[in-house]
Amino acid sequence: MTERPRPATHTGAPVRTGDPGGFPATLKDLSRAGRRASSFPSLDVPPAPIPPEHRRSDRSPLPEVGERDLVRHFTRLAQRNYGVDTGFYPLGSCSMKYNPKIAEVAAGQPGFARVHPLQPDSTVQGALDLLWRLERALCEVTGMARATFQPAAGASGELTGLLIMRAFHTRNGDPRRRIVIPDSAHGTNPASVRMAGYQVATVPSDARGLVDLSALEKLVGDDVAGLMITNPNTLGLFEEDIQEIARTIHEVGGLLYYDGANLNAILGRVRPGDMGFDIVHMNTHKTFATPHGGGGPGAGPVAVRERLVPFLPSPLVEQEPDGTFRLDHERPESIGRVHGFNGNFGVLVRAYAYVFGNGGDGLPRVGERAVLNSRYLAQRVKEEYPLAFPDGKPMHEFVSTARPLKRNGVRATDVAKRIIDLGFYPSTVYFPLIVEEALMVEPTETESKETLDAFAESMIQAAREAREDPEILLQAPVTTPVRRLNEAQAARSPKIRW
Amino acid sequence: MRFAPHTDSDVREMLEAVGLGSLDDLYSHIPSEVLLDRPLDIPAGLSEMELLRDLQDLAARNHHADDLVCFAGGGAYDHYVPAVVWALAGRAELQTSYTPYQPELSQGILQALFEYQSMVCDLTGLEVSNASLYDGSTALVEAVNLARAATGRDRVLVAETLDPRYMEALRTYGRGAGYEPQPIPADEGRALIPEVGDDVACVIVQHPNAYGILEPARDVFAAAREGGARAIQVFDPLSLGVLAPPGEVGADIAVAEGQTLGNHLSFGGPYLGIIAGGMRDVRKMPGRISGETSDVDGRTGYVLTLQAREQHIRREKATSNICTDQTLMAVAAAVYLAWLGPDGLVELGEACAAKARHAAERLSAIDGVGLTFDAVPFFKEFALSFDGRDPARVRDALVDRGFMVGPVLGTSLMVACTEARTRGEIDGLAEAMDKVLR
Repeated sequence: MTERPRPATHTGAPVRTGDPGGFPATLKDLSRAGRRASSFPSLDVPPAPIPPEHRRSDRSPLPEVGERDLVRHFTRLAQRNYGVDTGFYPLGSCSMKYNPKIAEVAAGQPGFARVHPLQPDSTVQGALDLLWRLERALCEVTGMARATFQPAAGASGELTGLLIMRAFHTRNGDPRRRIVIPDSAHGTNPASVRMAGYQVATVPSDARGLVDLSALEKLVGDDVAGLMITNPNTLGLFEEDIQEIARTIHEVGGLLYYDGANLNAILGRVRPGDMGFDIVHMNTHKTFATPHGGGGPGAGPVAVRERLVPFLPSPLVEQEPDGTFRLDHERPESIGRVHGFNGNFGVLVRAYAYVFGNGGDGLPRVGERAVLNSRYLAQRVKEEYPLAFPDGKPMHEFVSTARPLKRNGVRATDVAKRIIDLGFYPSTVYFPLIVEEALMVEPTETESKETLDAFAESMIQAAREAREDPEILLQAPVTTPVRRLNEAQAARSPKIRW
Repeated sequence: MRFAPHTDSDVREMLEAVGLGSLDDLYSHIPSEVLLDRPLDIPAGLSEMELLRDLQDLAARNHHADDLVCFAGGGAYDHYVPAVVWALAGRAELQTSYTPYQPELSQGILQALFEYQSMVCDLTGLEVSNASLYDGSTALVEAVNLARAATGRDRVLVAETLDPRYMEALRTYGRGAGYEPQPIPADEGRALIPEVGDDVACVIVQHPNAYGILEPARDVFAAAREGGARAIQVFDPLSLGVLAPPGEVGADIAVAEGQTLGNHLSFGGPYLGIIAGGMRDVRKMPGRISGETSDVDGRTGYVLTLQAREQHIRREKATSNICTDQTLMAVAAAVYLAWLGPDGLVELGEACAAKARHAAERLSAIDGVGLTFDAVPFFKEFALSFDGRDPARVRDALVDRGFMVGPVLGTSLMVACTEARTRGEIDGLAEAMDKVLR
């Protein structure tokens, strides 16, 4: 069943003067002196003067809108936005799976939403119990000993893991200098490495699209603090030599870090701990179905092996012999704090709902169907969009190339824009960097065969149009509230406030 | 609960299409030593009803700001969250979308972020903002990174009246970035003016500070700028109706915890890291930024811009590793600020100051209780000292009487008053504290 994004209707909406087609104004355009939505009770205590040297001298220029305009404005903005609830959203390594609504109900309860982060432990036993149980479950899934929930996203988890590596090596006498990452790594990996004070050492991929083992052996020395990798990798391919990779790093006393972005592929089937990893981050907004929020909030829990537990951020949740829970701040070797409070607790409630809703029996079925969907879709489109590494067996995502269409003057981005007109959110394009005209497709397990077939047909149609009438793709999209936007102009003369 | 829609016949058809016999075959190329050969040791899945009951039981075992009157502060506050905020920000088209790499389908989020950035500038009096960072503490860490990159200098001076958890975060991340934050001493709860040599990258003051006290930020920041360092203010967004904003007091960069802008207390997160600065530093700003542009037909539209700063383009040379941020909380903040309006911001600020002053007077009048910093101006929270009583014990005893206070800072107990606190509640707190200390 195809789902088409409905172009926004503009009848009666206030518009920006001169804007063709009548496009929605901003709150600033809607502002009228004297309009106001907020109301407060009358002051029931004597006013308190602010010392003149601290007092604000002007009135802030915030917009003045009534509640009616405010609601209409943001409702229309929402209507101009496409989410997983709108349709298929196959962004690679993002795991845009369905976000269960029961998780929203659970997280919205006052017993979670209205809890202050600095309340005494005795008053938050439910929250601490939830974190305790979630920690146990995530450690079981990853084969680790303990976990922290402070990191607010995957990149934050990466940096936390690298700081743990630094602390471990420093305790052993030498912090070391380099972290090895594959050339197919996601951009956050090298950025995190630098923020942790390390240098990036890149290991190339071989003809299989996997880490080149002999290159790795030459690269690794005793100044290597560790290696960071995702498995399956960003090509969606399982690093079959992972045990050798682990041995190479461990032999020089380095640590192995698992970037959990692609955990969905192996959920319940393979555990990072069993592959030799020492530190793991997870992305709850990927694998554990917490909503992506248009760019966040997510959460990036970090789990570690027993010997690294002392370095985890503080506090950790501990259970007393009488069954009660407390936050343990007395952790002398901890790297400290990576978040102001307890991490994105509201997101973790949703992750808990997902984990325990699926259960130990349901989680492996998630992984299996994620891989099945991807393998099936790759098969359906591979004639028009060959796999970047045709001998590989894609797991939960696959990377194809739009290179064959280049001779018609059509590029991956043009395919993506045409897919939009055909009713779908397109796949990721131009990543990983090692594939020309890359299309990185992750359907996730929550899509039906009919949706996959419809998407495949649109991709095939776009390829046919590229050969017969490429203008259709080059002009796309035409069905959206705005057409192709001038990103170069936005970067050259940035206008980032009204 | 299952969300994958596959029927048995779907699975069969699809396996056949890819030439496999069973789902196990999808993993046949994976070394058998690493395949998990046992079920996961996690209880079996629950139906929706059972799951909800489980989560209701867990929630019921927490006290919260609806059953204890909340006078707790320390960076997270019980300001009123109006109904419009989550009626709008919680809409599924916004909540279930992701990074707007295909801007044509994400104009809702992109425009909302542009409006959020604009309102942060309106609020702070600074020139540029971004689409969010994780929280106040990590926003400060990023501001330090920005200052060090922009000045090419190393040293980081921090008023010791900074929230101790923020100080901890600076120490933690500083070990990776190569700095150790150096405290600027305080007297009577206020920072002294530091010596700013030419190796100082930034001077950080939280104003109002962790004790709720109004700092001489103008003077400290003047010293910072004279020394060529970046002046960084940790501010309270909802103080800016009544307090001079960062732009006016001379901050180059301002960061804050945005939880108070329409986000629930939620045991510490998801919150909102706010950062604002000058145009001269825009290319070193961390995180995503939404920018206005036009499409091929001349329509106004929005895109992620200045992406050359970011990790997906610059990798190890990026200004930050941040990818997923706290976008939805920024959208909520935009709704909240539009609801509040400039007059609401003033009224709210005056209410916080008035109620906090009333609370301070009532509580310090109790025998055995005093203001830790007497006669020093504060905004919406203040520090209490007790004659020979452990502040943590007082805090715990107040819970039994229906009141939440805190945090404990040193030997002081903090009390915060927002516009949501009534005179009756404040007087009730005073009565309860009096009883606790008898």
